Amino acid sequence: MERLLTGPIEMEALAARVADPGAGAIVTFAGVTRNETDGREVVSLGYEAYPEMAEEKLAEIEAEALRRFPVRAVAVLHRLATLDVGEVSVGIAVSAAHRPAAFEACRFVIERIKHDVPIWKREIFADGTESWVHPGEC
Amino acid sequence: MSGLRVRLFAGARDAVGATEVELDLPAGATVADLLDRLRADHPAAADLISACRVAVEREFAEAGAALPPGAEVALIPPVSGG
Repeated sequence: MERLLTGPIEMEALAARVADPGAGAIVTFAGVTRNETDGREVVSLGYEAYPEMAEEKLAEIEAEALRRFPVRAVAVLHRLATLDVGEVSVGIAVSAAHRPAAFEACRFVIERIKHDVPIWKREIFADGTESWVHPGEC
Repeated sequence: MSGLRVRLFAGARDAVGATEVELDLPAGATVADLLDRLRADHPAAADLISACRVAVEREFAEAGAALPPGAEVALIPPVSGG
């Protein structure tokens, strides 16, 4: 199953992928393009990846979540495209028998994605300027 | 080694002006040596390069890690996915 796609992420379909009769809880997270950064108006975000490594890292993160938490299934999708405000860049769905693990695992997955997956966003501002987001760069 | 190819992404690609660079490094060169060389070749991008990690065969590599001939190497600027 590929985890990177260019088209829209369907969150209901993602949740359906992790559903199973033994799961009493399904938790989903959608990362959504926001309309501002540090007070500057953002009109869109452009996402790019080192695709071979990003696929591997997303798969590793799913597997790690399954090992660390009593969850039944984990599914992640990340979109690589230019996204308008309100569009979903990343979708995560986790199912578990009970909700505490589902919430924890979902949180774990998004935090890992934000630290270790080679995907980058470029902010496109209302004033026409653009810049890559590289947190912590001097 | 000769002809080490390093893939560049995002801000690093823009700063260097290429999707890939090819470098000749001494035998036994490490990830730290690679970063030193990239900073020397592209001084205007030195700060960004210093903030980058290096991936060897799609795994993050430590500063002292070797660069095997023919390995897939990439400069990974601070990520911002999710």
